[in-house]
Amino acid sequence: MHDDLFRAMRDSIVDGDPEVAARLSRDSIALGVPPLEAINRGFVAGLTHVGEQFAAGEFFLPDLVLAGEAMKAAVAILEPEMKKSGAQREVLGTVVLGTVQGDIHEIGKTLVGTMLTASGFAVHDLGVNVPFETFAAKARELGADIVGVSALLTTTMTGQKDVAEALERHGLRPRVKLILGGAPVTHDWAREIGADGYGEDALAALSLARTLLGK
Amino acid sequence: MQPKLELLDGELLEKILGEAYTLLAEPGIRVQAADAVELLSAAGARIENGVARIPEALVRRALSSAPREFFLHNRAGEPAVRYGGDAVHFDPGSSCVHILDPQTMQHRMTRTADLERLVQVAEMLPQYTAQSTAVVCNDAPQEIGDLWRLHVVLRHSGKPVVTGAFSAHTAPAMIDLLAADCGGRAALKARPRAIFDVCPSPPLNWSDFAAQNLVDLARAGVPAEIISVPMAGATAPVTLAGAVVQHAAECLAGIVIHQLAQPGAPVVWGGAPAIFDMRTGITPMGAIETAMLNAACSQIGKHFGLPTHGYLGGSDAKILDAQAGMETSSAVLLGALAGINMISGAGMLDSLACHSAEKLALDAEAIAAAQRVLQGISPRGDSLATAMFAQAGFAGEFLKLPETRRLFRTEQHLPSHLIDRGTLHSWEQGGSQDLFARARARVNELVAAYKRPELPKQIESEWKAILQEQARRAGSQQAAGL
Repeated sequence: MHDDLFRAMRDSIVDGDPEVAARLSRDSIALGVPPLEAINRGFVAGLTHVGEQFAAGEFFLPDLVLAGEAMKAAVAILEPEMKKSGAQREVLGTVVLGTVQGDIHEIGKTLVGTMLTASGFAVHDLGVNVPFETFAAKARELGADIVGVSALLTTTMTGQKDVAEALERHGLRPRVKLILGGAPVTHDWAREIGADGYGEDALAALSLARTLLGK
Repeated sequence: MQPKLELLDGELLEKILGEAYTLLAEPGIRVQAADAVELLSAAGARIENGVARIPEALVRRALSSAPREFFLHNRAGEPAVRYGGDAVHFDPGSSCVHILDPQTMQHRMTRTADLERLVQVAEMLPQYTAQSTAVVCNDAPQEIGDLWRLHVVLRHSGKPVVTGAFSAHTAPAMIDLLAADCGGRAALKARPRAIFDVCPSPPLNWSDFAAQNLVDLARAGVPAEIISVPMAGATAPVTLAGAVVQHAAECLAGIVIHQLAQPGAPVVWGGAPAIFDMRTGITPMGAIETAMLNAACSQIGKHFGLPTHGYLGGSDAKILDAQAGMETSSAVLLGALAGINMISGAGMLDSLACHSAEKLALDAEAIAAAQRVLQGISPRGDSLATAMFAQAGFAGEFLKLPETRRLFRTEQHLPSHLIDRGTLHSWEQGGSQDLFARARARVNELVAAYKRPELPKQIESEWKAILQEQARRAGSQQAAGL
C-alpha cells in the first residue's frame, strides 16, 4: 500500500525539495495514511539515504541542508495530524544548541540542529552570541539531555570552557551531556575542558548525540 | 615591468560595483555600534531596525577622503611597509590556536613561548616585512589575550605589526601599548607601527565590536584593515563574482563608517574571502578559488585607488607535505601578481587553526620566488647576449665572465638550504633529510642568530602597568602575577 507515495516522499528528501515534500504530506493526509508511517517509511528513508551518500563523499553539504529543509516542511504538516490522532514520534532527547558568546557564526550549529531535528531530537536553538549562563539556564528549564556549544573563532573557542563551568555551577553535570562543534575544536580540547565529545560535522554530531543517549 | 594579473574584465568589474552599491541601499547593512549608527544617521543614511541604507553619494565622499597611500613604520620610526600602488608585502597569518610541535609533530595548544619563536623566525626572514600577532596565547589571561600577544610581539620585534583587538574595549588599551613604545599617541599617529584588522560579519553586518573598532581606530589615526570574510556558498553567494560583490559592499560600508569618524584616516580594502568546502564545511584557505577571490577583491580596491590586503599562503594540509607546498606556492604567486599590498597567512596549516615556524621558513622560499616573478625580466645592459658572446665565443665559458659574477645574484633568487638542489649523493651524505627536517634545521639556525631588540626599561614598565591595569579591570585572577 502507498509504496509509490512513500517512494516519492523519499525522493523529495533526496532532491531537497520542500515544496514537493509538503505537497506529498498533504496528499498522504487526504489519503488517510497514518502520519507516523509517512514520516518513517517515506521521508526518513530519504534522509537515511542522504546521510549515507554524504558519508560516502557522494553528496555534499547543500544536499544535506536542503534534505533537512524538505524534512522540516514535511514534519510541519504531519506533526499537527499526529497530535490529533494521539500518535507521537519518539523524541530521542532534548538538545539545547547555540553559538557561544562573542561569536556569531551559525552555519555549523544550524546544520547540526537541522540534522538532530530531522532525526527525532527536540532541539532548542538559542541562536548566536549566547551568554555562557544562558546555556545552563535553558538546559535546566527544559530538562535537556544535551547541550551543544559551537565556536568558529579561535578567539571565542575558550568560551566553551565557560559554558562547561556554568553547567557545573548549575549542578547539571554529568547528567546533561556537553558536546562541542566548530572549526578550531578538537577531541583534545573537548577532553581538556571535560566535555563529552566533539563532532567533526553534522552527521558526526548526530551519531555522537545518539551514542551519548544510548539511542 | 612588474607583471600583473587581473581576473575581472571592465564589464564584469562595473557590474560588481553596481550590485555592491545596490546592496548598500537594499537590503542595506546591519550596523550595531551606537557611535557608528549616529555617524551614519547624521550623514544622511536612513537607519531602520539596526539596518543602515547607505546612499551612493555618501560612499563616494568616503572614497574620496580615504588616503591612497600610507606607510607602517619600524621600531626606529622608518617607513617599512608601503600600503599603496602595487607594492607587495607579506606577513605571517594571525590568531591560530594550535602550533605544529616540531618535536612531536602534533598540533597542540599555543603558548606564549610559541609566539616568541614565530616572531623570532619572522624577524630573521626578510620576506616578512611585517610581523603579526600570530597566535592566541593560551597561558595568558584570557581577558587581555589581545593586549598580551601584541606586547609579546613588540618585545621581540622591530618590524611593523599586523594585529587586531578581541573586543571593543581592549582596542584603546592596545593603542596605548603602541603609543608607549613610540613616544605617545601623536607620534603613533604620525608614524604608525601597527595596523588593526577589523572584521565585518558576513553577510552585510558590522557588529557592535567591529564598528566601534573602526570608529576608535579612525579617531586615533591608527590604520585599520578591513577584513571582509565572505565564504562563497555559505555566508555569501556561491559564485566567485557574487562573493566579490558582497566583499565590496562590506568594505564600502566599513570605509564609510571609518571616514565619517575621521576623514583622511588610513584604511585598507582587505579581507579573507574564501570558498566553502561543501564536504567538510571548512574554509579552504589553500583552494585555488580562494586565491582567485583574493585577487579579484583586491582588483576592486585598486579600482578605487585604495591600499589592499588579502589572506593567502595558508594551507589546509596538516603537516609540511606536498599539499602544503603546492597550495602555498600557487596562492602566494597569484596574490603577488595581483599586486595585493599586504598578504597575510604564511605559516598557517589546517585552514586557519595551526601555525608552524617551520612552515614560515618554507613559505619564505615561496614568497621569495613570487617576489622574483614580480621583478620580471629586464635587459640589465645595452646588449642582451651579443656582448657576452663576443667574450665567451663558441667555447661558451660564461661562468668565467665578470658579468656572470656581477649579475647572477640579481638574476637568480638564491634559496636557502631548505630548498634541496644538490646531487643525490650529497643528499644521501647529509642524512637523506626530508623537507621537514631541513625546515627544522633552518628554523634552529634562524632562532640561534636572532637577537632581541633592546628596549628601554621605562617602556617595559609602562607596558606592564597597562597590562596589569587592564587585567585588573577585567577581573582577571592572574592580574597580580603579570
